[in-house]
Amino acid sequence: MAIYLTEQSRVVVQGMTGSEGRKHTQRMLTSGTRVVGGVTPGKGGQRVDFVGADVPVFDSVGDAMEQTGADVSVVFVPPKFAKAAVMEATDAGMPLVVVITEGIPVHDTAAFFAHAQAAGGTRVIGPNCPGLISPGRANAGIIPADITKPGRIGLVSKSGTLTYQMMYELRDLGFSTCVGIGGDPIIGTTHIDCLAAFEADPDTDAIVMIGEIGGDAEERAATYIAEHVTKPVVGYVAGFTAPEGKTMGHAGAIISGSSGTAQAKAEALGKAGVRVGKTPSETARLLRDVVAGG
Amino acid sequence: MEYQAKQLFGAHGVPGLPGETADDPQTAREIAARFSSPVVVKAQVKTGGRGKAGGVKLADDPDDAQAKVEAILGLDIKGHVVRRVLVTPASDIAEEYYVSYLVDRANRTYLAMASAEGGMDIEQLAVERPEALAKVAVDASRGVDEAKAREIAAAANFPAELHDQLVEVLLALWDVFLGEDATLVEVNPLVRTPDDRLLALDGKVTLDENAAFRHPEHAAFVDKEADDPLERRAKEKNLNYVKLDGEVGIIGNGAGLVMSTLDVVAYAGEEFGGVRPANFLDIGGGASAQVMANGLEIILSDPAVRSVFVNVFGGITACDAVANGIIAAIEMLKGRGEAITKPLVVRLDGNNAAEGRRILDEAEHDVVELVDTMDDAARRAAQLAAQEA
Repeated sequence: MAIYLTEQSRVVVQGMTGSEGRKHTQRMLTSGTRVVGGVTPGKGGQRVDFVGADVPVFDSVGDAMEQTGADVSVVFVPPKFAKAAVMEATDAGMPLVVVITEGIPVHDTAAFFAHAQAAGGTRVIGPNCPGLISPGRANAGIIPADITKPGRIGLVSKSGTLTYQMMYELRDLGFSTCVGIGGDPIIGTTHIDCLAAFEADPDTDAIVMIGEIGGDAEERAATYIAEHVTKPVVGYVAGFTAPEGKTMGHAGAIISGSSGTAQAKAEALGKAGVRVGKTPSETARLLRDVVAGG
Repeated sequence: MEYQAKQLFGAHGVPGLPGETADDPQTAREIAARFSSPVVVKAQVKTGGRGKAGGVKLADDPDDAQAKVEAILGLDIKGHVVRRVLVTPASDIAEEYYVSYLVDRANRTYLAMASAEGGMDIEQLAVERPEALAKVAVDASRGVDEAKAREIAAAANFPAELHDQLVEVLLALWDVFLGEDATLVEVNPLVRTPDDRLLALDGKVTLDENAAFRHPEHAAFVDKEADDPLERRAKEKNLNYVKLDGEVGIIGNGAGLVMSTLDVVAYAGEEFGGVRPANFLDIGGGASAQVMANGLEIILSDPAVRSVFVNVFGGITACDAVANGIIAAIEMLKGRGEAITKPLVVRLDGNNAAEGRRILDEAEHDVVELVDTMDDAARRAAQLAAQEA
């Protein structure tokens, strides 16, 4: 099974003809992902030659879905055009839209997220995220496919490189799905969404959750875990020694109240029964203990 | 800063007082003379608590304004030196209120906050009397229209006779928030004058850097100043660098991994007399050799740094590019006649890691030491920093 992304997933890439889109489409294909098309307005009818595949380009997400049965879109279009791209995918009824693009204005993200919520049928992951991978099955985004193998651990993280680090630490055990949800102020899929999906996934036995300082997403996830998650969860929060809120605005600090520090997050997770590591390697050890039945 | 927020408010029709900035006492005197009334002179710094620090003064006449500005310029307010003041006519205040809009991360939409009880620190109010601070969710696809503005006014218990005026202020402020691509707009205080006018007396706007492409005019607001000289140099090179107070220089890729690296170094440092990280530096995804070289150059020029830990997990970033960047930086510094004596502990994993390690091995720079794992490398860097002390 895995979550959100399986060997059945049929992926289109919005912005496939750009340099980043092209590079990562090749990587997705190489890792065995079924990339069935690209979308670039005005370039419909062209084909792009990749090693191992010749991929058709469509003018619109709607065309691509109709002709290929695509059910996942990975978005690489530049920040300026990202809002229109995600809105288009939503309007076409795309079930999963993974937004890799970094640097999207937050008002644009707020608008396309609200649009997707209202439409109902679309899950957005990101923006400003590495995407997700179900090792050995499919890869939607930029997570390196050769770090680890299929297994029964689920991973959810705000941070790209920490995701890779944790996959690497536990590479011998392997993962069902690893989701990089992104660190922007507004994101389409949260820790809680992923925890719920992993809880329901018969192929996931244990969950690693990686957070970092700022906001209160980890605290809310802790509350959710206490009430709804029966599978073992191991956590890591980056930023214990980081100086206090250099970037946090005045009023932003009000909403988060006293939360936001790594300490507060780790304590909240601890209270919810989550074992929290102080470093990535300690977190990996805790997960091993859990899997070994400790 | 306040005067910049004032400009943006003015451009969108948020009512406020006239005001002009001065960088010297003589100019402040001339401005005060033009207003021909008592004035308030206010330090322009990017921090709160100006009043308590002596950065806001009432002046009765132009002579007084000049004297007060002389005292304010050069003041150090929480680490920010005052170089500019705003001069506005003094205004009589009957009551003070608070309004703001911001991005609500938790609910993934917008939030309006308002209070009819201004005049105190808003963070304090939120903690001590949360019921006095109304929080109203704003749907991103609808925004603030008249009905929503009335809802905010009512939720915050504003005096009924002010609702019509407040609605105008809230709509204009929404125009600032959306039109300027702000992540926060705040008016504090919004004042009621004795003749029942509402005026934005002071405010704050945080602009979304990601939206700079559609606001070329915002370039004027970009703060190139940084109080720390290393941070200033890093900013000039577009590096994501924060100076900290320890001894181990840190370079890594990805904010999460770098934050984690700081933690691991600080824990390892406990063993060696409390050695700590000297900085945060994220060279980002897909970093080139040049970016690596720029970063390393800044860190090596920090006199507090005694050892450096380069921690890279190559996802998009290729480790061979990182290795080449390290060598390029060393050569560049040598070329300038600067001897490199600070040890560099390097840990490379992921994309092209083997090639990166081979490049560093073959270069045989005696200051570079390759270590296999993040924990061991952090420990080694901390140990070296302690030895160099």
